[in-house]
Amino acid sequence: MPKTIEEINEKIKKGTVVVLTAEEIIDYVQENGIKKTAREVDVVTTATFGPMCSSGAFINFGHSDPPIKMAKVWLNDVPAYTGIAAVDAYIGATELSESEGMAYGGAHVIEELIAGKNIKLRSTAYGTDCYPRKEINTYINKNTINQAYLFNPRNAYQNYSVATNSSGKIIYTYMGKLLPHFGNVTYSSAGQLSPLLNDPYYRTIGIGTKIFLGGGTGFVAWQGTQHSPEVERLPNGVPLGGAGTLALIGDIKNMSPQFIKAAIFTGYGVTMFVGVGIPIPVIDEEMVEYLKVKDEDIYVSISDYSVQRRSKPTFGKVNYKQLREGKITINKKEVPTGSISSYPKAKEISLLLKKWIKDNNFLLTSPVSQIPTSGSTKPLNIVNEEEI
Amino acid sequence: MASEKLILSFPKNVVTKPIVYHVVKDFDLEFNILRAEITPNLEGRMLLEIRGKKDKIEECKNFFKKEGVQVREATQEIILDKELCVNCGVCVSLCFSNALSMNKDSFEIEFDKNKCVLCGICLNGCPVNALKSKI
Repeated sequence: MPKTIEEINEKIKKGTVVVLTAEEIIDYVQENGIKKTAREVDVVTTATFGPMCSSGAFINFGHSDPPIKMAKVWLNDVPAYTGIAAVDAYIGATELSESEGMAYGGAHVIEELIAGKNIKLRSTAYGTDCYPRKEINTYINKNTINQAYLFNPRNAYQNYSVATNSSGKIIYTYMGKLLPHFGNVTYSSAGQLSPLLNDPYYRTIGIGTKIFLGGGTGFVAWQGTQHSPEVERLPNGVPLGGAGTLALIGDIKNMSPQFIKAAIFTGYGVTMFVGVGIPIPVIDEEMVEYLKVKDEDIYVSISDYSVQRRSKPTFGKVNYKQLREGKITINKKEVPTGSISSYPKAKEISLLLKKWIKDNNFLLTSPVSQIPTSGSTKPLNIVNEEEI
Repeated sequence: MASEKLILSFPKNVVTKPIVYHVVKDFDLEFNILRAEITPNLEGRMLLEIRGKKDKIEECKNFFKKEGVQVREATQEIILDKELCVNCGVCVSLCFSNALSMNKDSFEIEFDKNKCVLCGICLNGCPVNALKSKI
């Protein structure tokens, strides 16, 4: 018997809801089978905590007196985009400080804002009749600003890739430091805990889905940038590389620095760890088939990041169980593995979201609209106007 | 009397050559091998403490380099700040001496100081700056 979101929410309100994490459900299905699990379990919590460059925050500072139409904005010396309304700005996670370079960036500003710290705001303007002020130097924090919300154009990548380096020198990438001659590999997915790997065809996660975001609640706003559902998949629905993505939105004022962390990848730049948790309603038996996915069922290709091209050579596939065991084999060589995203943090989020639901602090939502199940990313070609 | 801790990397073609005995024979230095690792298909690595006259230490380092051995000075101590660590695990793949490892059950990062050879490779690999060298 399929379950509706409304029925599950009634159980949450009554305190009778059965919630498991995406890790806990693996053994549960093993012991109880698909049918019984579909009957007895109502919600499965998934989560991820990885560096997500495509992140940032919209801020509305409130109006000064006399008012200003900000033309340039810096937050702790990090430029923010303000080509929108007078006191609206977008601070991107990867934007670098003009004084400290790669040692500090937009992600640090966002983390400090969430932590309640004071941020130096500097702005210049050309001045208009309605906005006469031409300069502003002041301090803001989470409590003084009018509004601030995270809006991340692309998060929660459905699988990604494994990075290695065949060249003779160390390379510094967004997948971390890669040692020469296949000296190491890095990977980035919460695997069996990852939201979109537990709902591979986006049956329950869609536009409007309420989620855990950075310690507060947020929503899925849209499919993420580079959403590419037509990637090759295994029979269990698992894509073999980066496929679906989500655009996420949530109020910064309710977030915690425990779940939003600035990160610096030496030689690459600044990025931001974003804690995301998504509840998946167990609506039917088909959903259980997807939710039982475990690390050894999730395969990913190994790519050579020393090849500085859009398409990189690959060295076969491995699964996340092998990756988490610490060593894989490439060309008969044993290579140590390292994760870029934090499994323990993802697990912590999945448990926290489970508690919120059990304590009737979080109700589930039906998506307002599905995210696309077809389509793939288009490349950027460099052409003359006549050739396009 | 001066002393230095050196990290020596022996490329494949040098691994089989007898080199360390020259420390005593030619440069009259005391040495203490704090850690060594030579695996087939990998280069050999050694954490070597040498003690003796300052100029002899310099001469000895030049000799190592001439023989094709890479020489780096070891930092004093590496610490993992658990408050900052987010348990991602990127450092684990950079640590050839297995001082940094991932707990098999919890996947949390563990640091065994005794295994650390102070190579420092992990230091700029940590995205949250949780690994630091203490000099």
